[in-house]
Amino acid sequence: MNPDLAFLVEVIVGGLLSGVMYTLVAIGFVLIYKTSGVLNFAQGAMVLFAALTFVSLVERGLPFPAAVAATLAVMVVVGLAVERAVLRPLVNQPPITLFMATLGVAYVIEGAAQLAWGTQVHGLDLGIDDTPLEFGGVLVSLFDLFAATVAGLMVALLTLFFRYTRTGLAFRAVADDPLAALNVGLRLPRIWSAVWIAAGIVALVAGLLWGARLGVQFSLSLVVLKALPVLVLGGFDSIAGAIVAGLIVGAAEKLAEVYLGPFVGGGIEGWIAYVAALALLLIRPSGLFGQRSVERA
Amino acid sequence: MTTAIALSAKPRNLSGPVGVAVLLATAFGLVPLVGSDYLFEAILTPFLALALAGLGLNLLTGYAGLLSLGSAAFMAVGAYAAFNLSLRVPGLPLPVSILGAGLVAAAAGLVAGLPALRLRGFYLAVSTLAAQFFVAWALNRIGWLSNDSPSGVINAPRLVVAGLSFEDARGRYLFSLTVVALLTVAAWRLVRSPTGRNLVAIRDQEIAARIVGVKVARTKLLAFALSSFVVGIAGVLWAFAYLRTVEPAGFNLDRSFQILFIVIIGGLGTLRGAFLGAGFIVVLPLALSRLGAVLPGDGFDSGTLEMVQRIVLGALIVAVLIREPAGLAALLDRAGRRLRLPA
Repeated sequence: MNPDLAFLVEVIVGGLLSGVMYTLVAIGFVLIYKTSGVLNFAQGAMVLFAALTFVSLVERGLPFPAAVAATLAVMVVVGLAVERAVLRPLVNQPPITLFMATLGVAYVIEGAAQLAWGTQVHGLDLGIDDTPLEFGGVLVSLFDLFAATVAGLMVALLTLFFRYTRTGLAFRAVADDPLAALNVGLRLPRIWSAVWIAAGIVALVAGLLWGARLGVQFSLSLVVLKALPVLVLGGFDSIAGAIVAGLIVGAAEKLAEVYLGPFVGGGIEGWIAYVAALALLLIRPSGLFGQRSVERA
Repeated sequence: MTTAIALSAKPRNLSGPVGVAVLLATAFGLVPLVGSDYLFEAILTPFLALALAGLGLNLLTGYAGLLSLGSAAFMAVGAYAAFNLSLRVPGLPLPVSILGAGLVAAAAGLVAGLPALRLRGFYLAVSTLAAQFFVAWALNRIGWLSNDSPSGVINAPRLVVAGLSFEDARGRYLFSLTVVALLTVAAWRLVRSPTGRNLVAIRDQEIAARIVGVKVARTKLLAFALSSFVVGIAGVLWAFAYLRTVEPAGFNLDRSFQILFIVIIGGLGTLRGAFLGAGFIVVLPLALSRLGAVLPGDGFDSGTLEMVQRIVLGALIVAVLIREPAGLAALLDRAGRRLRLPA
């Protein structure tokens, strides 16, 4: 293959794969937003908390599966606690109030995670080499492929769950119309608790993969900032949107960094995704997959 | 963001003309006489700068109901604009360069507010993050903005107005106080003007506002511009009167959240809220470190202190939103009413 073209393909593939990592975080948001209308800014803090707990347990000699199980249990408790202590007293408040409350929750979780486990940087080894594989002149990171597979698996599981289980059906009913769901006898508090637990599990998966990529440290909670443009683009309430938007944002970010970055001094990955998402929204205000009922001007 | 916050315009203890006069007399007359340099430098000057930033954000978030997560970016725009105006226009009087900085920040706010014409709620809040990250990037990468200093660090110009120097700790306090007092009066006039009522109208019922003839799009952009003007000048005070040397990283996302927290804790949609919230935010770390020193054991080390502070702050935000959505300002009102009308 032409080396320039191979490089272009490599950039796009790399971008798509890192986009999958964004999707992974974004899905946690979508789960909660869909069922309770809360944009949970603490999702990033939950990712940090999960990764930090897991790493600290492993470093204290716990075997891998036991550490996963223990962290899972902790995340379930965290999810339940947030839902019970913060969200439930704020039922019926305007969405912006709920959002600001999750900002407070993010601060508490970040502080607690680092108070409990310390602030030093931990390495996290999932046992997957980051060796590049070559496909016809295109280099692809093995770790990225693994992460993409895990993310794909998780999305598939979530989709099956939503489509074929009673709880999944209840989730969809609540997302569709909370009042009608309440009317037919669905117990909203129980569903909200379940969805926060699900978000905690998604945070654990994202935390393990992101932690293995970046090292487990405070900046892990900033992955939330990578997920937000994905959400804006894909619609806060659509898992399919999160996937497609994640891929678009990942590829656009890498392409811009490689082909546009040198002209403006580099380092543009911090904002280019936001600008790209906004530009797309100006053309298509309901996002890629957002429901039309989403409040927009 | 409920109507209860909006219409709490009853006369209060400290907002009557007498109360304001007493406050101003104390701040201008008594405090400079008795205060120590530590009080001015570590508490009062940052308090004033943050209170002003909170005041600016409150115009946007508290009054107009538009959430912004990019306040620190506008502080940075203000600070760097004032720096460049002083540097590149020799002999420009300081008040003019500060005013110019406010206008530059207002223009930046206007641009950042453009998505408000099509987006609302979370979508808008997230879009303000674009401003936050873009400004930080531009200040780091475009050397001209910081006169090519390494990593974008700038130093304050001399604080001299009409031959009077405000360089020492007391002077910088008085300088900040004067700016904050003037802008607070302006904001007070603004929120009682028809424009101020329009802001509240689009917050409480946008459709109704449109029907009674409020130009919604223009009012939203105006809210962004006015808010950024005030926040930009707060950035000037933060950079020049308080820190004296700043880098772009000083205006990061955490600063934006800090200012949002000031507004939430102090009280959305009240002018006093910004001052109460800022006082709280400035005093909280000092109080916690004192507390750490009193506790048995070897006290908090600085890392622990920072984490404890994060937890306390986060928990307080949640508690305020649940228990007292109108913030410290409402608490104070209630306490004042109890004192005046004993049951």
